[in-house]
Amino acid sequence: MPTGFSGLLTATVFLPAVAALLLAFGLIRGDRNIRWFAAAVAAADLILSVIVFALFQPGGERFQLVDRFDWITTDTVQASYLLGVDGISAPLVMLTGLLGLCAVFVSFHISNRVREYFIWLFVLQTAVLGVFTALDFLLFFLFWEIELVPMYLLISTWGTGRREYSAMKFLIFTILGSAFMLVAIVAVFVSAGVGSFDMTRLLEPGGALDASRAALPMGVLFWLFFIAFAVKLPTWPVHTWLPDAHTDAPTAGSVMLAGVMLKMGGYGLLRINAGMFPEQLQQFALPIVALGVISVLYGAVVTMRQTDLKRLIAYSSVSHMGLVLIGLGSVAVVGGALTDAGLTGAAMQLFTHGTITGLLFVAVGILYEQTHTRHIPDLGGLANRMPIVSGAFLIAGAASLGLPLLSGFVSEILVFFGAFRAFPALTILAVLGIILAAGYILWMLQRTLFGPRPARWDDLTDASPAELVPVALLVISIVAVGVYPAWLTEVFRDGLEPIVSGYNAGLAGISR
Amino acid sequence: MTAYDLYLVSPYLAMAALAMLVIVADLVTRRTGLLVGLSFVGLAAPAALSAWQLVDLTGSGASELSAEGSVILYTLSIDRFALFFNFLILAAVGLVVLVSNDYVRRVERLQGEYFGLMLLSATGMMLLAAANELITIYIALELTTLPLAALAAFLPNARSSEAGMKFLIIGAISSAVMLYGMALIYGFTGSTRLDEIAVVLAASPQSGILPFGSMAVLLAVVLLLTGFGFKMSAAPFQMWVPDVYEGAPTPMVAFLSVASKAAAFALVLRVFYIGFDALGGDWWVLLAGLAALSMTIGNLVAIAQRNIKRMFGYSTIAHAGYILVGVAAVATVSGESATFGPSSVLFYLAAYTAANLTAFFAIVCIGNRINSDEIEDYAGMLRRAPFLAIALALALIALIGVPPTSIFIAKIYIFAAAINTGESLMTWLVIIGVVNSVVSAYYYLRVIKVMFLQPAIHTERLGGSWPVNVALGVAALCMIWLGVAPGIIVTAAERAAVVLLAGG
Repeated sequence: MPTGFSGLLTATVFLPAVAALLLAFGLIRGDRNIRWFAAAVAAADLILSVIVFALFQPGGERFQLVDRFDWITTDTVQASYLLGVDGISAPLVMLTGLLGLCAVFVSFHISNRVREYFIWLFVLQTAVLGVFTALDFLLFFLFWEIELVPMYLLISTWGTGRREYSAMKFLIFTILGSAFMLVAIVAVFVSAGVGSFDMTRLLEPGGALDASRAALPMGVLFWLFFIAFAVKLPTWPVHTWLPDAHTDAPTAGSVMLAGVMLKMGGYGLLRINAGMFPEQLQQFALPIVALGVISVLYGAVVTMRQTDLKRLIAYSSVSHMGLVLIGLGSVAVVGGALTDAGLTGAAMQLFTHGTITGLLFVAVGILYEQTHTRHIPDLGGLANRMPIVSGAFLIAGAASLGLPLLSGFVSEILVFFGAFRAFPALTILAVLGIILAAGYILWMLQRTLFGPRPARWDDLTDASPAELVPVALLVISIVAVGVYPAWLTEVFRDGLEPIVSGYNAGLAGISR
Repeated sequence: MTAYDLYLVSPYLAMAALAMLVIVADLVTRRTGLLVGLSFVGLAAPAALSAWQLVDLTGSGASELSAEGSVILYTLSIDRFALFFNFLILAAVGLVVLVSNDYVRRVERLQGEYFGLMLLSATGMMLLAAANELITIYIALELTTLPLAALAAFLPNARSSEAGMKFLIIGAISSAVMLYGMALIYGFTGSTRLDEIAVVLAASPQSGILPFGSMAVLLAVVLLLTGFGFKMSAAPFQMWVPDVYEGAPTPMVAFLSVASKAAAFALVLRVFYIGFDALGGDWWVLLAGLAALSMTIGNLVAIAQRNIKRMFGYSTIAHAGYILVGVAAVATVSGESATFGPSSVLFYLAAYTAANLTAFFAIVCIGNRINSDEIEDYAGMLRRAPFLAIALALALIALIGVPPTSIFIAKIYIFAAAINTGESLMTWLVIIGVVNSVVSAYYYLRVIKVMFLQPAIHTERLGGSWPVNVALGVAALCMIWLGVAPGIIVTAAERAAVVLLAGG
C-alpha cells in the first residue's frame, strides 16, 4: 500500500482550483489582468506536470509521487485521499497540463464574462487532473463527477449554435454512464475482503477481486464500468453526444473535451477494466473489438459527409477512439505470450489523439475567430492568407491520418501490431478506417486551405502571438513523439507491464 | 418518577417550556427580532441538556445511560439514536427560526404563535425519535403534526388555508389508519412496548400465539406504514406534498421537509428494527417497493413543475425513496456490517437536512423579495443575488448527488448498504436509484440554467438580513463539510444505529 506525502501531485492538481478561488473572490480584476493571470497559472501547472512526468522513474515503484492521508475512517467505511502516478497516468497528467495552457491561450479573445469563464476552465482542469491521479475509488468518482459542472456551463454559456441542448445532452449521457460506474464502485466496495475504496490493493498482482466474493457477478461489474468509460470515450452507439458538444462548445471547451476528457474514458478502461478485470477483458475481447471496429468505420464514413469543420473533427474523434478499444482487445491473443504492443498502442493513442485533435481544434478556432464560419463550402484558399495556421492545420491533419514521423502513426501501428495476432480479420477491417481517414482529412484540407479563395477572405490575418503559443507547443509535441516515440512509449510500457505480466502469468497457468 | 427520570426527559421539557415562553413573550413585546432571538438562544438549553446526556453516554462507554437503563416508564428511550436526532432536529429548527426573521414580518399578528408552534412541533419530533412504545408514538406524532397544520395555514391567503386543511385532513386519516394498525398489534401481542412486541413475535413460530401466523401482523404493519408513509412523504401517500409545499409559508416548508422527515424515519427505523425485527424478511420487500415507487414518481413528476416549491415537493418524495432504500437494507448477514442500512439512513438524513435547508433558505430569501416562486422568475439571479444563486446552485448540485457535497457521500453510503445485503432485488433497487438520480439532474439543473444563463428581467439586487445570511451560510458550509469530511457524522450514525440491534 503506497504511503507518504510529497505534495507535488497535490500542488499540480489543485493549483488551478486555487487560481479559480482567487478569481472567484475577485482578487484579480480587469479582463486583461485575468487573462494573463490565467496564462501564468496554466503555465505554472504545465511546468509542474512536466516535473511530474520527469520525476517518474520507469522501473521504480509502481505508484510514485504518492500523496496520501486518511479521509474517512469509520468502522465500516475507509477511504483515503490518495494521489499517485504510474506509467499510464504520468503522460496523461503532462498532456492535461499542456492542453490546459493551450486552452487558456485560445481563450484570449473571450470578452463575455471573462472571470467566470476562467474559473470554470480551471475547475475543469483540476477535475481532469484529479481523475488521472486519484487512486481511491471515492476520490476518482468525485473528480469524475465534478468535471461535469464546469463543462456544462462552458458549453451552455460560451458556446455557439444549439449550445444549451448540446450541454444538456452531454450532461445526461455522462451522468447516465457514471451512474452505472457508481453502482460498480459501490459493489466493489462491499465485496467481501475489500472494505475500502483503495484502488491500489485491487491492482496488485494477485490482488484482483475474487469472483466468489464479489457482491455482483464479475461480468456485470466489468460491463458497468465499461459503459461509463465507453460513453466518455465515446464509442458507437453512445457517441451521439460528442458531435453536438464539440460543435457547440467554445474552442477551449473543444480542446479540453477532445484533448483530455475523452482520455478519461480510455484511462478508465486501461486502469480499471484492463487492470482489475483481466479475465473478463479476455472473455469479452471480441465484442469490445467489434465495437471498436464499428466505431472506426462508422465514425470515418460519417466524417466524410460533414460540412462543419468542428463536427468533422468530432466524428473523426469517434473513429480514432475506436482504436483504443481495438488495442484493448489485443489481450485475447491465444498461444504464445502477450506482448504489450496493443495496450501500449491504446495508451499512446490517448496521448497522441489528445495533442493532434487539440491542434486541429486550435486551428479551427483561430479560423473561426476571423471568418465566423465553419462551413467548409464557404471556405477555400486560406493558405496564403494564414500561412502559419494553415501549416499547423496541415501538420495536425497529416498526423491525424497517420503519416510516419508524426505521432499518430506510432499509436496506430502499435495498435494494429497488437490486435492483429488476436483478431486478424477485424484488424484488417479497421485499417480500412485509416484509409478513409486519409480521404476525409485531405479532402477537408484541400477544400479549406487550397483552391480558389472567395474575395471576402482577402483581408484575413494570421494567428496572433497569443494564439501562436498553443500552436507551437502542440506542433512540437506531435513531432517529438513522431520522430522519437520511445521517451513516451517506455513510460507507458512501464505502466502497463504489471497488467501484461498478469495476463501472461494467467496464460501460463492455463497451459499448465 | 425520580430525579433521574427528570434528567432523562429534561431536553423535551426544556423545548416545551421554551415554546410556552415564546408565546408569552409575544404578549409583552411586538418586536420580531426579540422573538427570533429568544427562540434561537432558548434552543441552547435543550441542546446543552442533550449534550450533557451524550457526554454521560460517552463516559459510561455503553449505549445506555446507566445501570438502571435509559428508558423512562417504558415509553422513551434516551440513547445515542435519540440524541442523534435531538441534535439534528435542534439544528434544523434553530436555522429555520433564524431564516423566519424576514418572513414573519409579512404578518402583523401571531408572530409568537408562529415560533411557539414550530418549537412545539420540534418537541414532538424529538419525542418521536425516542419513543419506544406505541401510545407514546401516537401522541408524539400528533404533537408533531397538529402544530404543522396550523403553521401551514399561517398566511392569510387561500392557498395557505388550502395547504393547512389538506395537511390536517390527510394527516388525520393516515393517523386513524395507523391507530387501527396499532390496535391490531396490541390485540395480537398483548403489548404496546416495542421490546415486548419483538419478544412475542420472535417466539411466535414456536408458541403459535399469533392467529393466522405472521400474515395478521403484516396487515398491521401495512396499516402502520400508511401512517408513517404520510410523515415520510413517501409514495403512494404523497398526494398532500406538492399542495402543502406550494401554499404553506416557505420557512415552515423547509422545516417540514427536513425535520419532520427525519423524525418519521427515526420512528420507522425504531419500530421496524426493534419491534418487528423478527419479520424483517417480510417487511423489507414492502419498503423496497415503496422506495422504487417514491423515487420514480417523485423524479418523473418533478420534471413538469414550474413552481420551485412544488418542484421541491416532488424532490422530497424522491429523496424519501432513496432513504427508504437504506431502511429496506436489512442486513441478512449479521456481523460488523449489520448496522450498515440504518446508519446509512441516519447519515443521509443529516446530509439531506443540510442540502435541503440550504436550498430552501435561498428560496425563502429570493421569494421574499421577488414575491414569486415561479422558476422562470429566477432568471438572471446570478447577477441579482450572487450569494443566494451560488448557494442554491450548490444545493441543487448536492441534491443530484454530485460531489463534493453531502448527498454524494450519503448516496454512496446508502447504495453500498443496499448492495451489501446480497439480495438481487436490492441491487435492482440501486439501479433504479441511480437512474433516478440521472433523471433528477435534469430538473435540478434547469433551475441552475435559468439562474445562471438567462438574462434578468429586473436588475435590482437582492439580499436578506444578516440572520438569514448566517443561517444560509451555516447550512451551506455543513453541506460541503459533510461531503468533504463526513467521518465524524458517519461515526456518530454508526454508533447510533447500534442501539437498534441491541434492542432486537
